[in-house]
Amino acid sequence: MSTGSSDLGRGWSRLQVGRRLVLGVPYLWLCLFFLVPLVIVFGISFSTPKIAMPPIEPLVSYGADRVLQLRLYLSNYTFIAQDSLYVAAFANSLKVAFVSTVLALLLGYPMAYGIARAPRNWRSVLFLLVVLPFFTSFLLRVYAWIGLLSRAGPINTVLLKLGIIHEPLVMLQTDFAVYLGMVYSYLPFMVLPLYSAIEKLDPSLLEAAADLGCRPIKAFFRVTLPLTSEGILAGCLLVFIPSVGEYVIPAVLGGPGTLMIGRVLWEEFFNNRDWPLASAVAVLLLLLLVGFIVVLQRVQAREPASE
Amino acid sequence: MPPYVRIDRVTKRFGSQAAVNDVSLDITKGEIFCLLGASGCGKTTLLRMLAGFETPSTGQIWIDGVDVTHVPPYERPVNMMFQSYALFPHLTVENNVAFGLRQDGLPAGEIRDRVAEMLAMVELKGYERRRPHQLSGGQRQRVALARALVKRPKLLLLDEPLGALDRKLRERTQFELVSIQERLGVTFVIVTHDQEEAMTLATRIGVMSAGEILQVGAPTEVYEYPNSRFVADFIGSVNLFEGRLLDDEPDHVRIECTELGYPIYVDHGISSSPDAKVSVALRPEKISLSRETPAAVPGRQPENIAAGMVTDVAYLGEVSRYLITLDGGRKVRVSQPNLHRHAERIGWDERVWLSWEPSAPVVLTQ
Repeated sequence: MSTGSSDLGRGWSRLQVGRRLVLGVPYLWLCLFFLVPLVIVFGISFSTPKIAMPPIEPLVSYGADRVLQLRLYLSNYTFIAQDSLYVAAFANSLKVAFVSTVLALLLGYPMAYGIARAPRNWRSVLFLLVVLPFFTSFLLRVYAWIGLLSRAGPINTVLLKLGIIHEPLVMLQTDFAVYLGMVYSYLPFMVLPLYSAIEKLDPSLLEAAADLGCRPIKAFFRVTLPLTSEGILAGCLLVFIPSVGEYVIPAVLGGPGTLMIGRVLWEEFFNNRDWPLASAVAVLLLLLLVGFIVVLQRVQAREPASE
Repeated sequence: MPPYVRIDRVTKRFGSQAAVNDVSLDITKGEIFCLLGASGCGKTTLLRMLAGFETPSTGQIWIDGVDVTHVPPYERPVNMMFQSYALFPHLTVENNVAFGLRQDGLPAGEIRDRVAEMLAMVELKGYERRRPHQLSGGQRQRVALARALVKRPKLLLLDEPLGALDRKLRERTQFELVSIQERLGVTFVIVTHDQEEAMTLATRIGVMSAGEILQVGAPTEVYEYPNSRFVADFIGSVNLFEGRLLDDEPDHVRIECTELGYPIYVDHGISSSPDAKVSVALRPEKISLSRETPAAVPGRQPENIAAGMVTDVAYLGEVSRYLITLDGGRKVRVSQPNLHRHAERIGWDERVWLSWEPSAPVVLTQ
């Protein structure tokens, strides 16, 4: 082999090493800070609580009788399955997340459509307005709603002054406040993928539909909606998934009756110091969401991708 | 025959800019009318007004005796074949073609029959279940044509129908389009910037520039009898000379042309004042080249000739194109058919004489 080609070979292998490094670093990061903790949580979910630090029974023990024991307690899972509180919390979380997603879609689609069809120089301004809330902390924005929704808050004041209501509305600590907070917080995640899907849509397709005798409303359902289905799916997933496990919004805006799985998890972990049960809840939540995504992907894969 | 499509003093302004300026045009039933012009001349805007995507600022559009000026596109008896084809990517070929019929709420059986018939006509049988992205450019073009024709429109609009096809396919498709049109008798309005496309397809051509129609006529008419410098220059290749009218009789005119060095004699009269400045258009293929001085008409001064040197030759097979630099410095394009295989062709740097018949030049006063 000539020196030239071996130089080339060396350069090539160096490129390969570089490529592995580029891919390896994020994988290492994810492995260390995502996969390992996940495995730990998974492990803890098969343990039982104990008054100690950490407050769990180790899974593996080596006794004086020289027996290496691996004990997996399934009691956390059976307990969750039997206790109606957890089942109800899961069901309610799914319901709240589902309703919030639908509301965000109904609100977000016209917004995204409006932005995508606005004059070009307006688009970036409108787009910026959608992402503007991200410049403030999520927590602060949720807390700000307390002020807005409270008995003496601006909404009640205005409605009272206008004579629409005669005594202040109770809005805080209700399901209404939770839905409001959810839709408000996650709306940008709905609008952004929808915007990019609608913007990509060729306007001449709508002209073609009109030309073939399709009224605008019908053209929306027969052309625009199916061709933006990927954006709809992406937006719904981005809203639904964090909504299911949401803790802050129900804790801050919801009442004592707002039963959501994120809150239950928090209480098990911090109030009851029952790490194993909290871990089991977390694992189940994860499985639920992963199962949900897998099903959706299957459904989408069945329809051939449209360009 | 009364006009089938009547465009009556239509103007379309975008802001202060008039894209279409006071255009009137009559199109008869069953013809293939081509709007020809460079990009930005307003031809697409005019087509979009026929489709209903744009509303005229002033003026009216009539189709088959009905004023459709303010009728929305989904209620017009007009279909369009889009330049990008605008096929629905989420629908199969079959459903693309059926789309328009479904809007009319026709029974499923009739839709199936008509779609099948149309796909057979554009030779796309067997492609029913494909999606647009699984088709070649030529197949997509035919799906678009089938989708536009299946509704049996009174008027079919075609926006640069052959623009996206390669050369071989263009030539084939041109003739297919014409034969389909003849079979169905649908009136076609075609927009194109390609004069060759216009010449092959059209029964009549409307040459547009800057929002106005400059000339309407059959392909031979706009080619052989252009009415303005723009049309002469736009359609085909042409040599334009500036001259001064020497005499203007009913049966001939004589023009002094310093660029040529000899006067031009044209065998028809024009009505213009003597001494007027005129342009003369002379097509390259109407000029003959020879090595010998052409004989003058007995009893007259030499005219319709010029002398120069060959500066460039391009042998294209059926013809050869020459660029001749006249003694005055002016360059003239000439094309000669290659009639003989063994002829000693005129080559570079030869001194040649140019000559033409008195019927060849076109005198333009605009």
